[in-house]
Parts: sequence; structure tokens; C-alpha cells
Amino acid sequence: MTDPYLQIENLSFSYPAQGEGEAAPVLHGLNLQIERGSFVAVLGRNGSGKSTLAKLLGMILTPTSGKIRMGGKEITDPALTEDELFALRAGVGMVFQNPDNQLVATIVEEDIAFGPENLGLAPEQIRARVDSALDTVGMRAYAKHAPHQLSGGQKQRIAIAGVIAMRPECILFDESTAMLDPTGRAEVMQTVLALNKEGITEIFITHNMNEAVLADRVLVMDEGRIVLDGTPKEVFAQADTLRGCGLGVPQVTELFEVLRQQGLPVGEPVISEEEGAERLYALLNQ
Amino acid sequence: MLKDITLGQYFPGNSILHRLDPRVKIVLTVLYIVALFLAKSMLSFVFILCVTVLLVLLSRINLRVILKGMKPILFIMVFTMILNLFFTRGEGEPLVHVAFVRIYREGITTAVYMLVRIVCLLAGTSILLTYTTSPITLTDGIEQLLAPLSVLHVPVHEFAMMMTIALRFIPTLIEETDKIMSAQKARGADFTSGSLLHRVRALIPILIPLFVSAFRRADELAIAMECRCYRGGAGRTRMNRLHMHIRDYGALVCMVLFGAGIVVLNIYTSRIGYGL
Repeated sequence: MTDPYLQIENLSFSYPAQGEGEAAPVLHGLNLQIERGSFVAVLGRNGSGKSTLAKLLGMILTPTSGKIRMGGKEITDPALTEDELFALRAGVGMVFQNPDNQLVATIVEEDIAFGPENLGLAPEQIRARVDSALDTVGMRAYAKHAPHQLSGGQKQRIAIAGVIAMRPECILFDESTAMLDPTGRAEVMQTVLALNKEGITEIFITHNMNEAVLADRVLVMDEGRIVLDGTPKEVFAQADTLRGCGLGVPQVTELFEVLRQQGLPVGEPVISEEEGAERLYALLNQ
Repeated sequence: MLKDITLGQYFPGNSILHRLDPRVKIVLTVLYIVALFLAKSMLSFVFILCVTVLLVLLSRINLRVILKGMKPILFIMVFTMILNLFFTRGEGEPLVHVAFVRIYREGITTAVYMLVRIVCLLAGTSILLTYTTSPITLTDGIEQLLAPLSVLHVPVHEFAMMMTIALRFIPTLIEETDKIMSAQKARGADFTSGSLLHRVRALIPILIPLFVSAFRRADELAIAMECRCYRGGAGRTRMNRLHMHIRDYGALVCMVLFGAGIVVLNIYTSRIGYGL
């Protein structure tokens, strides 16, 4: 941990009490550090607090207690002025679940321009950013299309382009692939990986094990706490803990677990299908 | 099936009218309407007809499309013509006098003038604005044209933003309505038979889910916009600024000449005493 981009200290959050019900605590004293430029997947079932965490990081919610520090600045400081918050928001992009409900304009390129326009940039600068964002997500050919003419995956890539046009240091993906078909998911994941290579810190909230496998680091949340934290290999080796959190493991990992239980010498857990295939091939040759 | 609804009446194209600055087009439309109501004599109406035909030719929009657009107001046209025909009192002997019905020469001319005026009003404004300007360009034009009013605390930017979002979500909501209708049909809902009251009530199971979903969308969109640093019109710039070209100035000059021409024709015809 040489260059922590994100530091969370003792973060708690409760949604305010509604009617006679008591305030429902969602996060309990979370502590977390995320390195600059890393790609972190956050797994957890519904109600585990993972989306709340994303909203706190995206400055949509303010924590009940605790501190969040991003890029050296404390974003939870109550003394922050509107203008300071505005500047901080520009550094953190968010991509949400439903691609339809994130696009503002009727033309793709104008939607991407929306963020930079809000930042008050010069028209030529906005144009340059829009073009480079379109290239990054591979949607240059659709610049003049209307959003409703695009597929789910394409719309989500436009939403990502709209975020990267603001040149953020960090992007939060809040179940951004949940509403997409397999092709759309693949398109979005490709974009996510490419952006990480360019040095953007990414926090990727998901239900999908196969997507979490691609991350540098996986966090598993349950009932407002971080239950597991490690590389995908380390995390998916703990199949029982994962099941206790209402999650599964990737199919290939499960297959090798069953083989091990049958007494076969399969070695350490496997998370990628290619690796699994090679391992099986070697096993069959023995 | 709902997908077939076209938005506005925009016909994409690349004619000179399509390429004019939307701000100029709005101003032109206003001037055009004023000119129409200035016209008083036969010569000026002939002039207006010629100019309107020229506009149709310039727009390269099929004449049939334009005539089709007039269908809905056919009744109003006929109605005003009949009213003018029978109720205009003129000097001299009536041309027709049967029982209480009297038709004067002035009645016929006023009726024809009214018809020309309505036809030109509709054809001219739709060619200048709705047929040749996409809704989004029109919104931009209105926003920039009215921008000075924001000094008087008129929420011009907010209005334009609402228009943009409405335009953006119309196809999405239409698609959603289609889906909800299919879902309710699958559960045995019947939208096509029964009394009017019955059919109106059958719409409730469509409207309620549609509204609930629209509110959820609005909420999510608001959060997404805030995350992209939206905080109203203050301090916001635009990627595409509107630029006035020579053709825009030219169009303005032409329209002013058009208005002046009508005034001149009015004066001229009253001089030679051929006002009607």
C-alpha cells in the first residue's frame, strides 16, 4: 500500500427512521484503503450495504459517522462549501444500473458533453473531450444517434463516456452490468478493463462472480461489514463463507471444489475457465 | 404499435431552410405572421401566396405532406369561410339575395382572403419551423433567443432543460407504455371494447405503473445529473454554440423586404382605388 487513493475510517451509515420504525443501520464502522489505479470489485447480496457504500463515495449520501478521504481530500468534512463539493464531484464519476435513466440529451455526443458543459469548459475543449471519450468506448460511429436507437450495452458505454469526459480519477460502477444481456456485459467489461489500464481507479459493484474475477481485488460485504478482502483467488477459495453471505462461486471454482471433495489431486482453487480447462487436461493425461 | 408515432413533424433534410439558424427561423416566423396580418389587398395576397410557394420549393418537402398537415383544420377553414361569406355586409346591391341570405361581393373576397391567410399561416410556419427544425435544435434556439430574459429571473435554462429531458424520455416512455399494455393484456385486460367509461377505467392499470416508473426514472436521473456536476444554468457552457452565417442575415433581410413589400402593395392598391 504505497499510494492509497481512498481511505475510509470507521464509516457508519443509517437511513433515517421512517414513521415509527427505527433508523436502519446499513454500514457498521467500515475501514478500508484502496490503492490508486486499482480495480476493486465489491460483491454482496441485496441489502449488504454495497450500493450505500457507492452512494457515500459518490457524495450522494453523507455518512452518519466516520471519514472518507479521496485523493488526499476529506470528502465528508461538513465544513465543505458547495463549490468545494462541486470540484470534488468532478473527480469521481458514477455509472448506475439503468442506462436509460442516466442519459440526459437526445443526441449521443451532446449527452457526453453534458458533464464538461457543467464544468464550464470552453467549447473547443468540450469537443476534444467528447471525441476522445467516444473513441475510448468505441462509439465514434454513433455520435449523432439518439440514445433510444442503441442497445443496452451501447447505452451503458455512452454513460461511461459521459463520465470519462469529465476526466475523473476514480469511477464507481453501481451494478452497471445488472440490466444488460451477455453481449452488453462483455462490451462494458472490456471498457472497464481498458479504463483501468489507463490508470483510473475503479470500484465495481456487482452480483456477478465472473466479473469480479477480473478485478485486482475483491471485497465481499454482508450486513454492512466487509467479510472477505483479497485477490479473486483468495476470496473464491472461501466458498463456504461466500455461500454464508448468500453468494455463489464461479462455476469452474465450484467444479474443482467438488473434484477435491472426491479426493482428486486438483491443487489450489481455480477461478478462470482457461486455467480450469488446462488443469483438467493435465489431470486427464495423468 | 405506439412506436409509429413520430415526434413533432420534423422531416430531416439538408435544404437551405434546414440549415438556417434556429433563432433566425423563430424570428422569421414571427415576422411572417405579422406580414400575413398586414396584408389587405388582392395584390398583397397574391404576393404572399407566391412567397409561400417559394418557401415550399426551398424546403424541398413534398407538397402532399404539407397539404396532409392541413387536414385537421379543414373544418375551421370551411367554417370561417362560411361565416365571412354570409355575414360580411358590403356597399351596393348584394350579389345573391334569397330570403334572409345576402351575399355581397365583399363577403366573397373576405372569405377568399381568410382562406389564403389561414393556408399560408399554417404552411409557412410549419415549413419555417416544425418541418425543417429538429425539436432539439428548436429548443436550443429558444434557449439562446430568450437568454436575455434570465436577467429578469425568467427560468429560461430550466425550461430548455425540461424540454430536452422530455424529448429524451418520450421514446423511452412510449416503449414502456407498450410493455405495460402487453403485460396487462396478458392478464386479461381489455382496452378496446365496452362503454367509454369502461375503456377509460381500463387505462388506470396502465397509467399507475407508468407514473410510478416515471417518478423512479426522474429520481435516478436527478442523481445521475448531480453526479455529473449539474447545478443549473449558472457557470454552464455549451459545446455547440449557434453561429450566424451570411445565409441567416440574408434570410432576415429577405423577410423584412417581404413585410415591406406587403405594406407597399397595400398603399399602392389603395391609391389606385382597387383595394379589394
